[in-house]
Amino acid sequence: MNPLVLWFHKCGSPPYFYRLAGRLLPWLYGAALVSGAIGLYGGLAMAPADYQQGDSFRIIYIHAPAAWMSLFGYAFMAANGFIALVWRIKLCETLAMASAPVGAAFTFITLATGSLWGKPMWGTWWTWDARLTSELVLLFLYFGVIGLYHAIEDTRTAARAAAFLALVGVVNLPIVHYSVTWWNTLHQGSTVSLMGGSHISGSMLWPLLTLAFATHVYFFASVLARTRSALLALESGKDWVRNLVMQNRSVKGAAHV
Amino acid sequence: MSDFSAMGGYGAYIWSAYAVFFVVLIADALAPVWQRRRTLRDLAGRFKREAARRSP
Repeated sequence: MNPLVLWFHKCGSPPYFYRLAGRLLPWLYGAALVSGAIGLYGGLAMAPADYQQGDSFRIIYIHAPAAWMSLFGYAFMAANGFIALVWRIKLCETLAMASAPVGAAFTFITLATGSLWGKPMWGTWWTWDARLTSELVLLFLYFGVIGLYHAIEDTRTAARAAAFLALVGVVNLPIVHYSVTWWNTLHQGSTVSLMGGSHISGSMLWPLLTLAFATHVYFFASVLARTRSALLALESGKDWVRNLVMQNRSVKGAAHV
Repeated sequence: MSDFSAMGGYGAYIWSAYAVFFVVLIADALAPVWQRRRTLRDLAGRFKREAARRSP
């Protein structure tokens, strides 16, 4: 087998992944903090006010990255859920279930900040606009996945049942994304586009992209941190967990093992 | 500085939005720390009980 495939197989082993994630975590948290701080400074202090929306547009710097993460997190969860259902890889079950609460947190941020942006700009906290409604459905899908996962006693059965629900919910992702194109309601269209070019000046764009980077890195940091403790619980019958827990007890108060 | 915090009259909305962002993400960042502590404590207790049962 070629070295990349071999490494990929190695990553599927819980003790190996646990250690790898532990080594990556400080770097991920650090990168998210630094890039997040730079992006926030750029967005709040350096970018000029919008000619129509004044300073209120600055909510975009948290609203749009959180909204992207709500979709990205769901896609990541569903992709891992798919792998978990088809190939029964334990690690992917854990990764899928770890990404649900993080994605739900970003979805909640999207809805709350959008509401705080809607009040001064649209004159209302909430409206049953296509984008807003489909994003709310996304939050409920996350809640459904989390709820189902916790309702079933056996962790692995629970993860597979919840992964199935997550896969069904994928149908909502294109609806959220294209809602502003398909229905002509209140929410504005896309400002930033991967292909077709963005309708925003560079001085306003770079903080947005920096924060998008920061939230992606943070997402992975949070998912890896959750995956690590979930793996400990899942593999509690294995020697590597026993050794690690005992070692942690003997150096109580010292840094994490 | 007060100019900055006023945000052209939108200060209340902007700072509330940023407060939501930070409060939710800080809670999200702390959750795995607590989860890890609880898991380690539970497992340590379980392994200790198992060891005690094996050596009467």
